[in-house]
Amino acid sequence: MSTTSLLASSRQNNHLWRKIKNWLMVSSSIGSALLVILPLGLVLFYLVYKGAAAINLGFFTNVPAPPGDTDGGMANAIVGSFLLLGMAVLVGAPMGILGGIYLSEYGNEKLNGAIRFCADVLNGVPSIVWSIIVYEVLVVPMRGYSLLSGGIALGLMMIPLVLRTTEEVLVLVPNSYREAALALGIARWQIIVKIVVATAYKGIITAVLVAGARIAGETAPLLFTAFGNLNWCTGLNQPVAALPLQIYAYAISAYEDWHRQAWAGALVLIGFVFIINISVRFMTRERKA
Amino acid sequence: MSNATLAVPPAPPQAPAKKWGDQAFKLITLLASLSIIVLIVALGYILYDSSKLSINKFGFGFITGTNWDSVAGIFGALPYIYGTLSSSLIGLLIAVPLSVATAAYLTDLAPVWLRQPVVSIIEMLAAVPSVIWGLWAILVMVPFLRDYIYPTMQKVLEPIPLIGQLFSGPIYGVGILSSGIILAVMIIPIITSVSREILRSVPNIQREAAYALGATRWEVTRIAVLSYAKRGLLGASVLGLGRALGETMAVTMVIGNKSDISASLFAPGYSLASVIANEFGDATTPMHQSALAELALVLLGVTLTVNIAAMLLVKTFTTKETRRVA
Repeated sequence: MSTTSLLASSRQNNHLWRKIKNWLMVSSSIGSALLVILPLGLVLFYLVYKGAAAINLGFFTNVPAPPGDTDGGMANAIVGSFLLLGMAVLVGAPMGILGGIYLSEYGNEKLNGAIRFCADVLNGVPSIVWSIIVYEVLVVPMRGYSLLSGGIALGLMMIPLVLRTTEEVLVLVPNSYREAALALGIARWQIIVKIVVATAYKGIITAVLVAGARIAGETAPLLFTAFGNLNWCTGLNQPVAALPLQIYAYAISAYEDWHRQAWAGALVLIGFVFIINISVRFMTRERKA
Repeated sequence: MSNATLAVPPAPPQAPAKKWGDQAFKLITLLASLSIIVLIVALGYILYDSSKLSINKFGFGFITGTNWDSVAGIFGALPYIYGTLSSSLIGLLIAVPLSVATAAYLTDLAPVWLRQPVVSIIEMLAAVPSVIWGLWAILVMVPFLRDYIYPTMQKVLEPIPLIGQLFSGPIYGVGILSSGIILAVMIIPIITSVSREILRSVPNIQREAAYALGATRWEVTRIAVLSYAKRGLLGASVLGLGRALGETMAVTMVIGNKSDISASLFAPGYSLASVIANEFGDATTPMHQSALAELALVLLGVTLTVNIAAMLLVKTFTTKETRRVA
């Protein structure tokens, strides 16, 4: 065998090896993607498999029952979650939207950059920390856990989320709209409210909905604020049940009955979160089209 | 020069009512956006203020102390710091390779029609609440690992010198390793989506150059894309670490809640966030409450440092958005 043919065959081997390696790496990346998706499939499967069996009319109309009593439901927790969410939106949405307007319409790059940065930092604050903060500021002076403090804890968490997305959608409004309105002599704030915000209102609603869906599943911020309640909440200054809190309490209990209720509650919670997320996707698709 | 002297005619005076409205509106929005900065300062201050009692009493010993006894009034946070760090690092170790590989698959390797659906699924993964991961982990994942996976792992890995220790001891199911695994599941979506954005911002000319040299698909990804984006990918991973450190509910449900520092990954542990979650509501003495607030302060400090580092890493990498200057 001549040296040239040897060289050629080794080159060919090398080429083959590279091809095999390419195939191996591409397949392992496919494998990773499958592995990443697997937990979602498993969780959804178990939620439907275990949760659907435990959901009945009583689940939506009754308050929690002791273990052994299969009549229990999470009606108070579902209502409580909506109350908390509503209050969170009342706190978080106006602050977030107005702040987002400032970032998009006013200010200088330096201050806005700092605020943006702080908003991202705030998004990374562990949710349990919010619980302690609101406990110290509201629960201690009010001498008790309450719906009010739970809603405010969630609302504070919403502010940076809403602020960042609101700014993003407002920036998308073409500048020519603002210029045209300015040329007509309309005051700046009226331009912002009646033209810029009005143009982007769908995006802003989306921002609030997405933030709401994120907040709806939060448990840790409610631990020392809303606290949970086995019965109906009777006032702003009373502790209130919430779906995630109830799921947590039941999940770590030792009773089969309560585990079943936890699955059912989780199915309702995730259904709610996914419905918001999916409808938001449809809304944004329409907007782009 | 002559242009400069040709000054713009002064703006016509605005009607006072209009101007007043403008200024009021600007002030309101300014205050709303400044609330972000106020919140950050308030978070730090309130936590510091509530933990003063414990800071003054234990000083630096709080971090290094291993004894946490609320009855005796002795508080040391080391077991919790260990639990938080070890479970988060395990989570990171599992999540980073999978996330980066998935991101590379989604930007460079997958058929185009498949990319958007997979991205949507990963977004859904990110939307699953922490407490639901915890519920699934404690009722499904942990029993499965305990009965089938961990015994096999122990049999295979324990005889190996050095790392064998990590897999020794009794298997409870709940523990550091289990919480690391559930943390991995929970931080994969964020690492994947940030990594994907980073890989997408790698200029195409990089890829084209590598293809022109006759590189295979994988070689293009490795040489031209992944190594180019190293810094950004590091940032994405650190961002995931930040999330893992602060994660509360799922970890509380599977870590075992036992304040030991054990060599074995199968052993139960305790994390900063879960101690707070479990004890803060029942803390009766001011010192106990103060010590828990200090744990929160430590947690806040660590997560913010990690997050800021991650954001800076990612920021230097991704293309600067062209923002309209108002």
